[in-house]
Amino acid sequence: MNLKRIFSVLVVSIALLSGTIACKSKISDADLKAKVETAIQSNPNVQVEVKDGVVTLNGTVGSDDEKAQVESSAKAADTKGVKSVVNNLVVNSISTEPIQVNTNDADLSAKVLEFTKDFPSVKTAVVDGVITVTGELEQARVQALKMGLDALNPKKVDMSGLIVK
Amino acid sequence: MSLQSKYKVLIDTANASGIEGLQVAEMDGVLQIRGTAPNADVKNKLWDIYNQIDPNFLSGDVVMNVDVSTAVSGSQVRVITESSNLNIRKGPGTDQPIVGKAAKDEVITLISRANDQWWLVRTKDGEEGYCYAQYLEPIA
Repeated sequence: MNLKRIFSVLVVSIALLSGTIACKSKISDADLKAKVETAIQSNPNVQVEVKDGVVTLNGTVGSDDEKAQVESSAKAADTKGVKSVVNNLVVNSISTEPIQVNTNDADLSAKVLEFTKDFPSVKTAVVDGVITVTGELEQARVQALKMGLDALNPKKVDMSGLIVK
Repeated sequence: MSLQSKYKVLIDTANASGIEGLQVAEMDGVLQIRGTAPNADVKNKLWDIYNQIDPNFLSGDVVMNVDVSTAVSGSQVRVITESSNLNIRKGPGTDQPIVGKAAKDEVITLISRANDQWWLVRTKDGEEGYCYAQYLEPIA
């Protein structure tokens, strides 16, 4: 009687234990995807796919370092659940650093005035980093004007009011 | 249509032409493009494409500031004024006295880049002074 009881307790506990282990290792692909996505959320251009515990990373990153870092973050998201990582990330040469724009109107105005001295038929105004161009200019010099103004890093160059001859 | 797709050909060409430190971002409805082209031909090609997509740049939805990497000290640069001579000035600024002139299409030596707008140059005759960088094109 006593032996039988011990035996049954043993059977039940083994069953429970193995059940728990099975549950733990069987994190669903959807849950794993959510975990990995949370782990790499600082990289919005990366898409995550999970099938049978295999994580596939698609999309773009800014550098080789970032590519490796995203992969290790994906692995670390669930060391047991992630079987392997297929890293299809493409390193894009487009830099992700913020672009400098000159919004100092006084500084920009001075540079615009200096540059447009060679374009006497053109008038300019600078407000909030936007250069507005009016007046008239021969077609052949329009590109030179735009190149010179763009080189000053304005927020925008509005030439819609310029009459091109 | 987004600016990225309107100017897709321009962005793709910039990407494929080896522009160093290429930056492309839409800010306040304007596509800002920055980078350094390997030579003046690449820079000119990008401007031609931009002009084709937006004739005479009237939309004002792009600001493209692409530098040329061959414009280093000691390199040769060509004067690309419209027709007139290029003034060479004592200092960097149009308020500075004129110390010499370089003819259109003349090739002169770049000594240093004082800033983005003014470059220190030397002519074949040995005249030294500052020129407006917009009228100087690096020779690849």
